[in-house]
Amino acid sequence: MIRFVVRRLLQMCVVVLVLSMLVFAWLRSLPGGPVSAILGERQTPERRAALEAALGLDQPLPVQYLKFLERALQGNFGVSTKVLPGEDALQVFLDRLPATIELSFVAMVLAIALGIPLGYLAARRRGSVIDNGAVIFSLVGIAVPVFFTAFLLKYFFAVEWNLLPVSGRQSTGLDATRITGMFVLDGILTREWDAAWDAIKHLILPAVALATIPFAVIFRITRAAVLDVLDEDYVRTAEAKGLTTRVIRARHVLRNAMLPVVTTIGLQIGGLLAGAVLTETVFSFRGVGDALATAFRDKDYPVLQVLILAAAVIYVLVNLLVDIAYAVIDPRIRTR
Amino acid sequence: MSEDRDGRTPTPPDGGRARRPSYGQVRRDRIDALATAGTVDDEPGVSLIRSAWKRLRRNPIFLLGAAITLAFIVLAIISPWIAPWDVTARPLLDQVRPQTNPVPGPEPGHLLGGDDRGRDLFSRLLVGSRQTLIVGVFATLFGLAGGITLGTVAGAIGGWVDSLVMRIVDVMLSVPSLLLAFTIASLARSPSQWTLIVAIAVIQVPIFARLLRGSMLAQRGSDHVLAARSLGVRPRAIVFRHMLPNSLGPVIVQATLSLAVAIIDAAALSFLGLGNPDQRQPEWGQMLGLAQKYISEAPHLAFYPAGCIIVVALGFTLMGESLREALDPKTRR
Amino acid sequence: MSPRRTMATFTAAILAGAALAGCAESQRDDESGGGNGDDGTFVFGAAGAPEMFDPFYATDGETFRVTRQIFEGLVGIKPGTAEIVPELATDWEPNDDGTEWTFNLRDDVKFQDGTDFNAEAVCANFERMFDQNEAGQTAGEYWGYVMGSFKSDAANSLYQGCEAADDYQAVISISGPTSGFPTMLSLASLSMQSPTAMEEGDANGIAAEGEGFSFPDYADNPVGTGPFTFGDYDEANGTITLKRNDDYYGDKAGVSELVFRVIPDESTRRQELEAGSINGYDLPNPVDWAGLESDGNDVEIRDAFNILYLGFNLDGNNPELKDPKVRQALYHALNRDQLVQTQLPEGATVATQFMPDTVSGYNTDLEPYAYDPEEAKRLLSEAGAEGMELTFAYPTEVSRPYMPDPEKIYEALRTDLEAVGVKVNVKTASWNGGYLDNVTAGRYDAYILGWTGDYDSPFNFIGTFFGNLKENDFGTKGMPWGKQLADDLKSADAIVDEDERAAAFEKVNQQIMEDYLPGLPISHSPPALVVGPGVEGVEPSPLTAEEFDSVTVEGGQ
Repeated sequence: MIRFVVRRLLQMCVVVLVLSMLVFAWLRSLPGGPVSAILGERQTPERRAALEAALGLDQPLPVQYLKFLERALQGNFGVSTKVLPGEDALQVFLDRLPATIELSFVAMVLAIALGIPLGYLAARRRGSVIDNGAVIFSLVGIAVPVFFTAFLLKYFFAVEWNLLPVSGRQSTGLDATRITGMFVLDGILTREWDAAWDAIKHLILPAVALATIPFAVIFRITRAAVLDVLDEDYVRTAEAKGLTTRVIRARHVLRNAMLPVVTTIGLQIGGLLAGAVLTETVFSFRGVGDALATAFRDKDYPVLQVLILAAAVIYVLVNLLVDIAYAVIDPRIRTR
Repeated sequence: MSEDRDGRTPTPPDGGRARRPSYGQVRRDRIDALATAGTVDDEPGVSLIRSAWKRLRRNPIFLLGAAITLAFIVLAIISPWIAPWDVTARPLLDQVRPQTNPVPGPEPGHLLGGDDRGRDLFSRLLVGSRQTLIVGVFATLFGLAGGITLGTVAGAIGGWVDSLVMRIVDVMLSVPSLLLAFTIASLARSPSQWTLIVAIAVIQVPIFARLLRGSMLAQRGSDHVLAARSLGVRPRAIVFRHMLPNSLGPVIVQATLSLAVAIIDAAALSFLGLGNPDQRQPEWGQMLGLAQKYISEAPHLAFYPAGCIIVVALGFTLMGESLREALDPKTRR
Repeated sequence: MSPRRTMATFTAAILAGAALAGCAESQRDDESGGGNGDDGTFVFGAAGAPEMFDPFYATDGETFRVTRQIFEGLVGIKPGTAEIVPELATDWEPNDDGTEWTFNLRDDVKFQDGTDFNAEAVCANFERMFDQNEAGQTAGEYWGYVMGSFKSDAANSLYQGCEAADDYQAVISISGPTSGFPTMLSLASLSMQSPTAMEEGDANGIAAEGEGFSFPDYADNPVGTGPFTFGDYDEANGTITLKRNDDYYGDKAGVSELVFRVIPDESTRRQELEAGSINGYDLPNPVDWAGLESDGNDVEIRDAFNILYLGFNLDGNNPELKDPKVRQALYHALNRDQLVQTQLPEGATVATQFMPDTVSGYNTDLEPYAYDPEEAKRLLSEAGAEGMELTFAYPTEVSRPYMPDPEKIYEALRTDLEAVGVKVNVKTASWNGGYLDNVTAGRYDAYILGWTGDYDSPFNFIGTFFGNLKENDFGTKGMPWGKQLADDLKSADAIVDEDERAAAFEKVNQQIMEDYLPGLPISHSPPALVVGPGVEGVEPSPLTAEEFDSVTVEGGQ
């Protein structure tokens, strides 16, 4: 087990190194750059050249990369040029991370809480109106672009019906204490209940929007997995043995069907990060996705580099955790 | 986001027991399952398709999807002739006043009114179906062409060529697809319809490559290929006359699903500012992107194209999913 | 994992959280409002986050909007206009050749940290700005832009020195007269900051690090003389809070707290205003103006202090463009009246020259080029350029005061050009994603761009466009008259007498429009800002330099 983990971690280092090279080359071959983002209309070739020289952007790409690598190995990923000028790029990411974790966590909980029971129900009543309805509903969830879902939710729930806040993470003027950067958790920890409640209200719409796709996927995987398991011999045997339906359901069906569902939940993390960019943009929710969008618009290379590499690392780590969880659930994996 | 749309039931050839849970793996497994779906040895291809068709005819989900798809394609073909106005004409321009009347409302001759430049909205929506279809179809065709080439080469030659091609394909599959499309589209100096198509085509290539190659591998050991080989049919003829045509079923299913993904991804890229900027070619994703500014004053500008995208994407998805289910030997029990 | 075991893990996590909660303390201020009294809060929706809070190194409007409330300059701007008025200096006087300027200062001003504002502080400020390290010279962009150079290259600098003649009298010497001095001292970048605070925070300790600049502590702890003091920047929530300066020498601010909330998306800002969670925002979409007004908000329209133009690259690959007749034809092809009426906000006007009419040197005799497609076709065929091709570009992902919606403006222009037979090659790039680079590198034959004046000076407009012969977007170096134009501009700018100077600029404007035709000025369009019900006292500034000390909010928040 430990050797397995170590090997995977070593693989991760190689992946991140290669990825850093690709990201570096990609960013610098994008049209435009940080210089025109800083200078705006006042840009002239001369001023441009001066600023490029000062930022080291005039040097050959391999030289720039080696310098970046040298600094990065010392834990210095450069400073932001436009998102939060002067701030350490890694710090920018760490500052924004709690917001995205909070958002993704709530979205995932929503998706699981709805997806698994509904998937189970649909499989049990296969071919029924409930089943067909749920399948079409989940396909609609997939067919509607995330940004449009977000946009519709905002338009109706916040603007037309005025039930929830339009955007942001917390109302101004609350003077809330910050501990973890996850506002709901902070409010609970410090017992500033008004701040926690306010943060929850701000979370609902973006979380629902973000949850649509993992919900659809989890629903369908659960449905398929339960169908598979219901068909297996041991379930039939259990039924033949006269075990009551509830026992079969709890002990055999759900437990065995959970296997692919657990995998899927892990895999959705990557998708959540991507969906967060669009959702956070629509709701002006200041998380990693919002920082990524701003950094991309203003070509903030250091921040972009850190955000993309960090996303890759998180993604690989989450998959590693899923693998470990899997090995724990299903001993056959370990022997491979 | 779109990559999750692919995350459906992973049913790898080994019966779904020892799955290695990685993101790319799930997508790979899914494609592999589809690849073997149309090629069951003990059943001649014709009767397979016939029995699938029998089930499909009674499947309301398939019929709904097929109806939407058919209507969309017909509309895309005939729209320029039935559209009441030219898409570049600005018949309502004189009514447009940025403050008092930014978007002219419906009036006789203009069913849905105008857009922010005084063009006939209904006509643009109609003709937009054509561009939307063009983007979807060409992206899928290019992806298919690339995928067939790679997949056939890998599946037919095998050995180290196969390993190399599949390694590249697997890496591409493990990157979230919209992210990959965004990465490619953003490199364009000047975005256009074709940069959009190419970006979306690239994310389809690995899917089709893996599908074709899986299908080839499944057939290499099948009776009819063995028979052909023992009769001395040349390898090239076997590939093109026997193996490729037999892979057609899964390819069509995947192409249907890919069209939906392409249309949605095109809308997302347009939303992110990487779509086709040329207004002479109205496209629903582009119209949706432009409508954002009017969301408070004229939300219908966004709702119409968005509704069209959703309905059409749903049509392709419903049809593709029921086709897949019909071809899947597992669900036929 | 069995459901039961999952539950157990979950419970453990909750218990751990509860244990943590025991250690967490609320750090709330119990005395609400502090010692400020409570006159309510004004919450303004900003489109972007400020870069930092030291205006000297800042480059963008979102930063200046915040620092303008904290800082003041020697010279101020009369609210609602672009005219300069005394602020920290009560009056000023040049010597005969316009190279030495004596500023008499207010004697009742203290910085927010309690230190005195006097002539010594003024000179300390100027020396600080002048004496920058290498990184600072690049980052101190506005100084470089208006003064030309820094201490290390003193010979090329407009600023030459500062002397405290008296406690409250400072003398600033410059290398030669220019229309921009002392007007340029109203720039937010050249504000007066507390020398003590700057020293404590190592204000000049800027360094290039990797691909960016790292800024000293002072950049997050600004100390000025203005009506508001810096409160805090809640990065996680995107809000900047300023507090009323109760020791301000002038009229105290009307609200006790001023909050800027970052909301990047335009339509979201509007939705937030309607929901009542912000009290105002900048640059509402012209489309929304009427709707905002009818919902009880107040759309404040600023005077247009900008110019939108169609620029040509005269030094590029398009041979037809070098023919003045062809350019004339293109001017006649454009229906600018219709464009202004249908695509630009109310109050926008067709431009006759490259500057707005409030700037001295504006030539009132110039008439706009008439819309005449027949004439355009005739001129084109005369020049043998029928069916010419034109690579014409517009920027995406940007909205500027002079062009709320570039794409729509472009569409109108393109349609007009195609109507006279020009084959337009549509190009586009995002503002930061290559558009500006392509324009400065001359990769487009034609493009739309514009300018918002930094301060009231003709040279700030046409000097920026054509004053630098080697490097301008129009490629005038490729034209026989390019050098003449640049020289004329420079000599006009150096005239000391204001009337003479204005006359010289008027003449240059006429030459540009009648003889040179380097591009076509299209329009001046008034940017607006909007405030919600109950907000009073916002003076819209043509320079988009509103000061919020006069704002009151009814009922508070």
